[in-house]
Amino acid sequence: MKILVCISNVPDTTTKVKFVDDSKKLDVIGIQWVINPWDELALTRALELKDDASNGIQTVTVGHVGLISSDPTLRKALAIGADDAIRVNFESGDAYNIAAELAEAIRNENFDIILCGIESSDHNGSTVGGMLSEFLGYPSVTGVSSVKIEGGQLVITREIDGGKEILSVPTPFVAVVQKGIAKEPRIAAMRGIMMARTKPIKVVEPLAIESLTEVINYEMPKPRAACKYINADDAGQLISLLQNEAKVF
Amino acid sequence: MSVLVFLENWDGKFKKLSFELVSYASKVAEMLGQQAIALSIGNVDASELEKLATYGADKVINIENDMIKAFDEQTYTSMIAEVAQKIGANVLVLANNNSGKALAPRLSVRLKAGIVSGVSKLPLSLSPFVVYKKVYSGKAFANVSIKTEIKILTLAQNSFEVVESPKTFVHEKLDIQPDGNLMKTRVKEVQKQSGKILITDADIVVSGGRGMKSPDNWAPLVELADLLGAATACSRPVSDEGWRSHDEHTGQTGKIIAPNLYFAIGISGATQHLAGVSSSKFIVAINTDKDAPIFEAAQYGIVGDALKVLPKLVEAVKEMKSK
Ligand SMILES: Cc1cc2nc3c(=O)[nH]c(=O)nc-3n(C[C@H](O)[C@H](O)[C@H](O)COP(=O)(O)OP(=O)(O)OC[C@H]3O[C@@H](n4cnc5c(N)ncnc54)[C@H](O)[C@@H]3O)c2cc1C
Ligand SMILES: Cc1cc2nc3c(=O)[nH]c(=O)nc-3n(C[C@H](O)[C@H](O)[C@H](O)COP(=O)(O)OP(=O)(O)OC[C@H]3O[C@@H](n4cnc5c(N)ncnc54)[C@H](O)[C@@H]3O)c2cc1C
Repeated sequence: MKILVCISNVPDTTTKVKFVDDSKKLDVIGIQWVINPWDELALTRALELKDDASNGIQTVTVGHVGLISSDPTLRKALAIGADDAIRVNFESGDAYNIAAELAEAIRNENFDIILCGIESSDHNGSTVGGMLSEFLGYPSVTGVSSVKIEGGQLVITREIDGGKEILSVPTPFVAVVQKGIAKEPRIAAMRGIMMARTKPIKVVEPLAIESLTEVINYEMPKPRAACKYINADDAGQLISLLQNEAKVF
Repeated sequence: MSVLVFLENWDGKFKKLSFELVSYASKVAEMLGQQAIALSIGNVDASELEKLATYGADKVINIENDMIKAFDEQTYTSMIAEVAQKIGANVLVLANNNSGKALAPRLSVRLKAGIVSGVSKLPLSLSPFVVYKKVYSGKAFANVSIKTEIKILTLAQNSFEVVESPKTFVHEKLDIQPDGNLMKTRVKEVQKQSGKILITDADIVVSGGRGMKSPDNWAPLVELADLLGAATACSRPVSDEGWRSHDEHTGQTGKIIAPNLYFAIGISGATQHLAGVSSSKFIVAINTDKDAPIFEAAQYGIVGDALKVLPKLVEAVKEMKSK
């Protein structure tokens, strides 16, 4: 079986975001780019599955839609342990054309399991995974906290309100993964970093599919009212403020 | 043309989230001068469906079929797309929860409809169609225009006021046969905890971090939550260390919530934690360190030892309730 992990290249989660060009563009100066946290965990899980030879996973590939500036992030994924990468050379407009480009690039690659994260930490869309499944016509499960292979069969756990469901699914299929999929992200060891240099990044030219949405501009959050402090000795006073001033109960 | 709102049910019942969705769809329909049509799939009693009219649904369509007990993403997408086409929907509204995250993107491709997810406000303009959404996990917002004829919006939970605007209950049962060949996912087992207030549904959430020092110190925090009818939550290290269960973890890599009131107790306020709670209407911070970043996000703060402050809060709530 072959696994594809879809990777979004995002600013490090501690980045203080700023915008330029009349607030139309992210100011990328000084930003540290990383693998989206969910995708890092998805990759970790894919590699865990591959580590156990009885699962019969031949390769773990990472897929990405983005320009050459994303290559350092893809190299990180290769250093962590992915076998190869596919990058569609396209400056994305929105989730729709990302998913469309990715679907076309991998349609004939015969991946059995495709893992996407539940959310990219930049545009918080939660849409690329579902769109990709629809473009490919594959079944999907969203909100997956565990992917296992038992006796050659895929066993998936889906988180539902107040519980979980255990599902069986055929291949090929798309899992949109969330908390629980792997414990700690795997980190690259020196050997992995050396090996990553020679692993292939296949670059696919885009079809230049149009986006369906467009960011007009960005805004910073409205500053919140300053914090009102209550003396620790009169902690009870907080409750009456919450009741009478904030009116939350 | 109309606005179609899809409503999931929980064992045949709707909840506050459902009424937020209908309220929102009905307001969008009003802006467009159209009807808001609610769609429910699964076995839901007429008395429950009628509630949707109370919150502004001009018509309620339901599809009942024994074949559709399990939530199969492709099957549901096909049924919703069929209804959308039948009624000429030009705006679709879904929840920004796991079911909405499963269905909305598939519908986007199926109907070639641009999507904006996690919206918290009514559209800012109709032509162009512009909506406001959170990006960078709450560190910024974006005004996004949808360029297609059909538009899909997913609504962030707890972000839109439930408003009653009673309509006459118009109910239509639709007989749509799901395509059995499409149903590829099989549910083998369901494990449910009952009785616990879901963090994502709760109006008040009481959350503890590493500053709580030990899992043995949680009793007053839980008592405070119980008294307030609140859910309990925690920071990531707390769940990583097994002090609290994993489903309580809030933040970038846990649950993203927007309660009316969030108590951050012994939580430093790391950016990844705030990513999950910054949409709360009010944040209370209790922390020994007056410089902890959580105080920048909070409206009310107590600089002090959580273990001493919590019992005082419990007493004060008991007193408030006795009045
Ligand atoms: C400088 C810059 C500007 C950008 N401007 C915009 C913009 O204006 N509007 C806009 O919508 N997007 C923009 N993007 C693209 C953005 O980075 C996202 O990749 C894209 O919007 C998808 O985000 P999402 O939140 O919808 O993804 P989600 O649907 O939340 O992502 C879910 C999952 O899909 C997969 N995935 C997401 N993106 C990719 C990808 N590119 N390649 C492969 N797999 C992926 C990952 O598995 C991810 O976990 C910009 C990117 C950069 C670098
Ligand atoms: C990719 C990534 C994703 C992450 N995702 C998440 C996430 O989803 N959620 C999350 O929470 N974290 C997440 N983190 C971790 C995050 O960076 C912080 O490490 C974490 O939030 C800190 O948890 P904490 O506030 O409980 O602990 P600490 O940072 O250790 O803070 C403890 C606080 O308690 C205070 N304190 C100490 N004693 C007392 C006392 N007696 N009474 C009151 N206060 C006291 C201290 O002053 C301090 O402010 C993520 C990190 C990364 C890199």
